[in-house]
Amino acid sequence: MSTYYVDKFLYTIDRDPEWLARYKEDPEGTIEKWEKEVGTWLNDVERTSWLEFTPDERDALVRHDYVWLFEHGAHFFLNLTLFIALFDEEYAARSGPLSFQREFAARLAHWTGKDYPSVAL
Amino acid sequence: MAELTAVLASTHHPFYHKATTSPPDERPPYAGVWQQKVEAYRETLTAARPDVLVMVGADHFHQFFLDNYPQFLVGKAPRYDATFYNEEREFGIPRYVLDGDVAFSGAMLEGLMDQGFDMAFSHELKIDHSIVCPIITVRPDADLPVVPIYTNIFAPPLPSPRRFYELGRAIRTVIDAYPSDQRVAAIGTGHLSLELGGPRQFGEHGPDPEFDRKAIEWLSTGNVDAILENVTHASMAGAGNATHGFMDLVLMLGIAGPGAVADYVDELDLFHTREMYLTWYPNGAPEPARAAATEGAQP
Repeated sequence: MSTYYVDKFLYTIDRDPEWLARYKEDPEGTIEKWEKEVGTWLNDVERTSWLEFTPDERDALVRHDYVWLFEHGAHFFLNLTLFIALFDEEYAARSGPLSFQREFAARLAHWTGKDYPSVAL
Repeated sequence: MAELTAVLASTHHPFYHKATTSPPDERPPYAGVWQQKVEAYRETLTAARPDVLVMVGADHFHQFFLDNYPQFLVGKAPRYDATFYNEEREFGIPRYVLDGDVAFSGAMLEGLMDQGFDMAFSHELKIDHSIVCPIITVRPDADLPVVPIYTNIFAPPLPSPRRFYELGRAIRTVIDAYPSDQRVAAIGTGHLSLELGGPRQFGEHGPDPEFDRKAIEWLSTGNVDAILENVTHASMAGAGNATHGFMDLVLMLGIAGPGAVADYVDELDLFHTREMYLTWYPNGAPEPARAAATEGAQP
């Protein structure tokens, strides 16, 4: 598991409108581009040498699979905020305000009453 | 010495601005009563006539991330930009530039370190909605300098509830000893029970109304013993996965002091979460606030 790297992906995509639009349209291509340009970037000169996704993490991000991400310890706030940015508007137009947020909750209903996966790293 | 004229502890709700500024046909049905309660609460700060605001909040992964996350931090800058792009996008919150008070921030930093809190500090801090929300609700003119204090309620391992309370006590000591004739208000926001990104989010009520009821009772009566006896990281997670923001309210009780009974108590049950509005007047209630408390609040 490299949950830190997953969280870093969610965090950096969410804070940039261009990355956000790319991730919505082309998740697979965006992840590859992000790994080259952002994922290991520390500053213009320095890179982190060892960060990478596991195949399962990469697949979940390609699928926009926030349920898998929740279940594998991605931070709940980052996971929610990014997918709201991707889907809230189209859901709201189709099914009314907060309909995406409510579907998000419903898809996690099997966790009600249980200890959630920890977001501690 | 500086005078602490008011301590405000409330929930923050980033949707308030949009709910109350939308065109009439887009305003949600609860916007009217919400606005009424917030404006009544605002009066409790106005009546205290503050010159400077010590503001407690928590960065929601806006400036700080898991590569370098401070447990407790004091901002020490002459100005603070506020509101990030993704908050503007999601909540429609306006941007601000708030004045700082570098001398007071410096005294806060050193005074807390003298008391055993080795605070992180920032000379280039951009403020997020944990501090912008109370600016919008209780000081919308955004005309006072701020001393921002950030806590970690988000990235485990978190400091304990006791540590938050003790930090509040230490902040109070710094304010009371600060050699200045400023009138100081301390404002902190957090949460009651709250779920974000989990199965109990965005329900008809907050995820744990029973926790909320007890939390308001404990805070408003200054019952820190009950809080420290009953509230743990695990119990907060049981009430909702983002309930740890309650610890910022415990911190505010630390500033108000043990046994301090709130002078103003109000609440509002909303979808997703319960709102709570508390004010203490550590040096006695100003006249207009007494009147507001009698007329406006419904404990």
